[in-house]
Parts: sequence; C-alpha cells; structure tokens
Amino acid sequence: MAGPRLQKLKSLFTLGKTRRAVALGFKTLWLHRMRSFLTMLGIVFGVCSVVAMLAVGEGAGFEAQEQIRRLGSQNIILRSIKPTDTERISTEQSRISEYGLRYDDVKRIQDTIPSVKVLAPGRIIRNHVWNATRRVDAEIIGVVPWYPEVRKLRVTEGRFFTPVEYEGYVNLCVIGMTVADHLFPFSSPLGRNVRIGTDYYKVVGVVEPEASSGGTNGSSGEGQAAGNSMANDYAPRVYIPLTAARNRFGETLIRQRQGSFEAERVELHEAIVQVDRLEDVEETALVIDSILSSQRRSKDYEMVVPLELLRQAERTKQIFNTVLGAIAAISLLVGGIGIMNIMLASVTERTREIGIRRALGAKKRDIIVQFLIETVILSGTGGLIGVIIGVVIPIAISHFAEMKTIVTPWAPMLAFSISGFVGIVFGIYPALRAANMDPVEALRHE
Amino acid sequence: MNGRSIVALRQVTKTYHMGESELHALRDIDLEINEGEYVAIMGPSGCGKSTLLNVLGCLDRPTRGAYLLGGRDVSTLSDDDLSDIRGSQLGFIFQSYNLIQQLNVLENIQVPLYYQGRGTAESRSVAHALAERVGLGQRIHHKPMELSGGQQQRVGIARALVNDPLLLLADEPTGNLDSASGVEILGLFDELRANGKTIIMVTHDPDIGHRADRIVRLRDGHIEEDVRNGRA
Repeated sequence: MAGPRLQKLKSLFTLGKTRRAVALGFKTLWLHRMRSFLTMLGIVFGVCSVVAMLAVGEGAGFEAQEQIRRLGSQNIILRSIKPTDTERISTEQSRISEYGLRYDDVKRIQDTIPSVKVLAPGRIIRNHVWNATRRVDAEIIGVVPWYPEVRKLRVTEGRFFTPVEYEGYVNLCVIGMTVADHLFPFSSPLGRNVRIGTDYYKVVGVVEPEASSGGTNGSSGEGQAAGNSMANDYAPRVYIPLTAARNRFGETLIRQRQGSFEAERVELHEAIVQVDRLEDVEETALVIDSILSSQRRSKDYEMVVPLELLRQAERTKQIFNTVLGAIAAISLLVGGIGIMNIMLASVTERTREIGIRRALGAKKRDIIVQFLIETVILSGTGGLIGVIIGVVIPIAISHFAEMKTIVTPWAPMLAFSISGFVGIVFGIYPALRAANMDPVEALRHE
Repeated sequence: MNGRSIVALRQVTKTYHMGESELHALRDIDLEINEGEYVAIMGPSGCGKSTLLNVLGCLDRPTRGAYLLGGRDVSTLSDDDLSDIRGSQLGFIFQSYNLIQQLNVLENIQVPLYYQGRGTAESRSVAHALAERVGLGQRIHHKPMELSGGQQQRVGIARALVNDPLLLLADEPTGNLDSASGVEILGLFDELRANGKTIIMVTHDPDIGHRADRIVRLRDGHIEEDVRNGRA
C-alpha cells in the first residue's frame, strides 16, 4: 500500500538532506570567510580571464571576418600595382610608366574561365570634388552598373546608375556618405551637381561606406596612391560610370612628385571577379593568375582572395582559441590545486568533527558529500563571480576603448561548468581522505 | 532488572598489531547487559576501557568473538551498516562534549537524525523538546562556544537521546566539568536510568561508579570484577 508513497517520501528526505548539506557547506565556509574568499580567488581570476579574453578575441575576430566578408567571399579582387623599380631604364626626369590591368585582360578572363560569373573592372583617380566652394579630396572610381551588387555596396539614398546611362557616357555620380556629409551638409545631395576637374556630374545616389580590402595597402610605395582604394573604411569616394571616367580622364595620369613630373598609364586599377560557386573560388584564382602572368613580363597586379583571407582569419582565430584554452586550463588547474590544498588543510583541521559525525551515524558517503559540496560551492561561487566579472570587463572595454567585444553565451557557460568540474575533481581526494579516516582515531584527534 | 538482553559480548578479543609485537587490548571478554541497566566500566588507564567502549559503540570491530546488540550480531557488519547502527541505536556522550562548532544547539542535537534522513520538521520538534528537557530551552540558537561546559554536556546528552537509542554510551562525561556541573550531569543520568534507559559509562571515579547499578572492572584487557551495587 505504501510503495510509491514511501518512495516519494524517501526522495523528499534525501532532497532535504542534500539541501541541508549545501546549507551546512555554506555555513562552514562562512565560518572561515577570509580563507574561503582567498581560495576562491584562483577560480575567479581563471574564469574571468577566460570569459573576458574570449570576448575580446571573438570581437576582434568578428570584426576582421566581417570586413573580409563584406569584400565578398565569392570575389577575387585584382588590383594594379606599379612594378618594383628594378626595370626602370631611363633616368629622365619625366617619363611615362605603363603598367596594370588592361581591358584585354578582363576580356580574356571573362571569355576563358567559365566559372566567372561577373566581372567588375574599375578605375580609380584621385581628384578634388567640388560643390561650389566646398571641396573634398576624394577617390573618383569609375565602375560598372553592377558594381554595388558585386561589392555588396548598399545604396542608402537615390540609386546607382543604369546600364543605359553607363553605355551613354552620362556624367552621373553616386557619392559616398563621407563625401555627401562634406559637400552637402545641410541638404540632400540628390539631383545636385558636383564638379570634378572641369566637368559637372549629377548626383543620383548615396552609398554607405565600403569595406577596405585588407592589409595590402602601400605595398609598392607611394607610386600607387591612386590604386590605394582601401586606405580606410571611410575614405571619401565618388562613383562614376567607367565609360565616363575613361572619356573624361583618359588613361594617362600625371602627377607632380618631388619636383619631377610622373605620368602613369593605367587602363584599369582594379577588377573584381565574382565566381559562380564558392567551391571554385580558389581554383579560379589560380587560373586567373596564370592567365595574367603569361601575358606580362613583370608582375604589375596583385590578387586578393577574400575567401583565403577568411580561412586564414579563421585559422588564426583557432590558434588563438587554442592558446586561450591552454591558458584557461592552466589557470583553472592552479585554482583547483589551491582549492585542494585548502581542503586538505581543512580536512586535517576538522578531523575531530569528522570523527564526531562518523560516531553519530554518518556514513563514508555522507562525509564525502559534505566535503565535495564545500569544494563545489567554493569553485562554483568562484566561477559565478568570475563569470560576472568576465562579462562586465568586455562591456567596459567596449565602452571605454571602443573595441568590439562579443560575449558568446557558451563562453560563460563553459567557464562556469569547468569551474564546477574542477571543484569536483580537486575535491574528491580531500573528501576521500576525510571519509577514510578511522572514526576512533579521528575522535581522539586534538 | 532482568529485561531483554541489550548487549551480549561473547569471547570478544581485540588485538592491535604494532609492527612486530601484538597488543591484546581485550582478551576473551564475556559481558551481558540487560535493558534498563546502568553499568559503570572502571579500571586503570590502559586496561582496555576505551577499546571496549569503541567496540560497544560499533566504532571498532572485535578481532575475534561476537557482539550482539539488541539480539543482532553486529561484529561482522559493513562500515555503512555500522554507521546506521550508530546513528539509530546508539547514543554517544563524550568527555569533551564533541559538539560541532559551526552548528547551534538545536542543530547539534539534530545531527544523528540528519544522518538517518529524518525530516526536518519532525527532528526540529524532537530536538526542541530534548533541549527543554535538559534545561536549555532558552539557548537553542546559541553556538557551543557561547555555552559553559555543563551546558555543552547537556547538549551532548540531548543529542545522544535524539534518536531514542537502545543504548547510551558515556565516556567520562563529567571528566572536564567542575564538581557542581558534574553533579548536575550525573543527576541527569540518574533521571535517564529512572526512565529505563540502558547506560554504559566509562569512568575512573569510584564515587561516580557507585551511582551505577553495576560496576565492571577491567584489568589488562579482561574483566577482573563484575559487581552489582546494593541500590536500586
């Protein structure tokens, strides 16, 4: 008759027993609060450093990956660079250097590689952009109508130019936010005209800042200032149809430099190749490289494959996480050893209490549970405090240092459960030692 | 008194191995104690009193021989079973009180029940009643450090009674007390005896011994004398 009810009562009692054991654990630790607190510190620092460092690392990694991702993981970016000066033959003061990607290159790539979906060639010219007396030193980028799509550029106001306008060499432009803010601080730029050189361009749209394409800037000195389209995220930019750019600016750019004139003839400054499928990106990059290099004597272009950068960033992050994991493991190990040390001292100190409890009916198991609960409380509370501090620190860092940090939910959970685990692992030995004492000896202990 | 047998020792021997030599703490002890008896165990130090008490208290197992507690042979039980017996059938009263410092009076009294897994509400009321009975009803929330020796020993007695034990084992319960407190504690033992508790008390004080019904004298590990006092 009493079967299930008895079972229920029994489980209730054991529940009550555990609850009281936990309460007793807190009480005992509170009795030596200074010692308990100091013991906990090891775990606190271990857990908090793990959570905080992971958050900072995650944030940094995220930013890098986000930047790369915005370049488009299906894209291959080709950029003209001035070849290193070993081939400079003339010592004349003024000369024309001719290098870079050409329209034939683009056409060849387009025609020979089937996996290429879209190709977006572009020219970059540095010039002043004027609105009446307001002036911005900007990069004038001659592009194709599908450029925003390839480059994942978002038009925030107005529109990009159409293929018809492109084919018609129309003087239109789409300006970046920075330029818009500078030239038209008080009104919408749409429908207004800006002057570049001697020509006027009608503003039809505004785009958000474009991602930079990674750390290759300035690879061949100042000679490629114009090709340096990735100076920073918020470089002022003006987009005009490539046809118009070719028409108005020609292919030879003259720049004054240290008292000498330097002229460059560059057909295209960059070309973005979008590959059909992600799996083909790397292979396509190799093919493009071989096609291009077979056509030229010196390497006057560079290739950026965001997918490769992304993979590299992921690998870096993995290494970072491994190192972090090792540091975390070591610090938690040290914390755990600290706890074990104190618990061993505590067991010795409380030998008599153990004897009393054994005499009053405590089984070995009860003693083990009592001491294990104490270590788990120590490490668990330490872990909890550590998690709290570890979550607050990244928030503070983000707030004061303007660095992106990301606290992923699994990091605190992982750190906390590891601290609990450490408590159990390092608590078992002292607890077993306590439980295996001879009650008679323990009672006699002074 | 001739109630049922509470303790029956049959040829109990306890031998300690100290390296090469053997120490015979108890040699072939035969002892019968019935319900309601108040027995004093006396003898010079080193005679085996403590060893006998440890065996009787199920803290130690005899090397040879049988120990029947309340008719059940406990000499071969496992460690866990012995813990159960200590918690449910025995009440210990120690010379140095042996209260747990971080617990208050009420909690100290409840410790044996706690290990029996008995509910809090029930054990609280039992412990409270016992605190009242030993005259500490006003001090149930005090910690042991805040009590006098006599009061601590009262808590010890209350704790020994909380599981309504078959047998009370007292080891020099007045050894650490001044004579006035000692007399009060002994008065409590008399009261318990009058209520029919079976008590075994180790003492070396003849005056205390004479308050018991029966004196068992040990010497060199065997029973030298087993006499009944004229009273009762």
